[in-house]
Amino acid sequence: MLKNADGSAYVEFGNTKVIAAVYGPREVVPRHEELTDRAIIRCRYRMLSFSTSDRKSPAPSRREIELSKVIREALEPAILSHYYPRTAIDVFVEVLNADGGTRTAGITAAALAVADAGIPMVDLVAAVAVGKIDGVLVLDVNELEDMFGEADMPLAAMPGLNKITMLQLNGVLTPQEFKQALTLAMKGIKQIYELQKEALRRTYVEIGEQIV
Amino acid sequence: MAKSEGSTQTITKRSIALPGDIIQAPPDNIIDVHNCVLKEKDLNIVTVVSLLDIEEVGEGSRYKLIPLKGRYIPKEGDVVVGIVKDVTLSSWIVDINAPYDGVLNASDYLGRPFSPTTENIRKYLDIGDVIVAKIAQFDRTRNPVLTTQDKDLGKVVEGSLIEIEPSKVARVIGKRHSMISMLEEMTQCKIIVGNNGRIILKCNDTEHEYIAVLAIKKIERESHMPGLTERIRSFIIEEKIKRGLIKHEGE
Repeated sequence: MLKNADGSAYVEFGNTKVIAAVYGPREVVPRHEELTDRAIIRCRYRMLSFSTSDRKSPAPSRREIELSKVIREALEPAILSHYYPRTAIDVFVEVLNADGGTRTAGITAAALAVADAGIPMVDLVAAVAVGKIDGVLVLDVNELEDMFGEADMPLAAMPGLNKITMLQLNGVLTPQEFKQALTLAMKGIKQIYELQKEALRRTYVEIGEQIV
Repeated sequence: MAKSEGSTQTITKRSIALPGDIIQAPPDNIIDVHNCVLKEKDLNIVTVVSLLDIEEVGEGSRYKLIPLKGRYIPKEGDVVVGIVKDVTLSSWIVDINAPYDGVLNASDYLGRPFSPTTENIRKYLDIGDVIVAKIAQFDRTRNPVLTTQDKDLGKVVEGSLIEIEPSKVARVIGKRHSMISMLEEMTQCKIIVGNNGRIILKCNDTEHEYIAVLAIKKIERESHMPGLTERIRSFIIEEKIKRGLIKHEGE
């Protein structure tokens, strides 16, 4: 996708469009931030000012700072950061068009970009949100469904290892509904995971087809 | 795209392995020179996008993994091409295209004791100079220490520098130097390949140099396809005919 970045990815979830770029492992710029036993992972999530119908102020909002941390923590268990001590891995997630589920699309794109950069990771991370609208559980909610629904539960996981790296819940779900939502989300994540792998493979197979 | 290639009666199947893929084989059957596989309990998990060669030898399959992308990580004994980016009183800080900067001490470069009180270090190397050096010491807790005390090492005064993906360096050199010697022979260039993905070309004329650059870029792009050396050979011949350097195939 992006030539200057070490790895990059573009992901669409319906109307939500996200681009992710990864740089590194590289030298840590404020020297005091470096860790002697592993790489630090820095993440910046940003919504571009034209990504919403009302212009969004380009200054980083409270929400963006929080989501940067959420995305970073969703990726950290997957990345083998102890392979590169005293370095930094920078992840940039830019939302081009927002229609709900930007954090899940962001995590999906960021994981792809990290893999594309050749950074060792135990598994790809895929994410999707489950919502509850009029008592019905639905997968991959958009902005309208999120605003008028009763609950919204974003979930990120490493399907190959069957491990959850991020789980949030906004609203109310009964314990039974929660279990249903979890299985529904995992089903969706597995589909996204397959698409991620296909996309990674395609970048190399396409080159192969050019010369034959 | 799978095609048998290589030396003895082995059948090779090629595919692309991705992070999270699990190879089900005894650990002894996995050849993993570049550290692409994480062994956790009884699982072998692939950690980077890599090329997986499956060779059927006798009683079982052998799995060989080569990464397709990744930054260069210094290793003791590697030859690297560096660019001086800073000068201290008695050493140079060298950019070696890795997450860690190289350190070259003046005494290591000159091969004799160096005293900053009597001499100016910038007389020998200054910012922007290109050097070929060897990594003398590296343990990840401190920056790699370089040395130029060996054959063919030292300051580079002529030639042109190109950069490729560090994981493709092995392809440019080829099996038992097959690729590099073919390139040198066909383009009449002297080629120095640094393990960090920087290559120095010393050519007699610009036409041959340009062909060599194109060929190396082609290797970088198509390194994961079988039959690379032959394809590059015909590519160079084609380019030479196009430029009127030779008339027919086979010089």
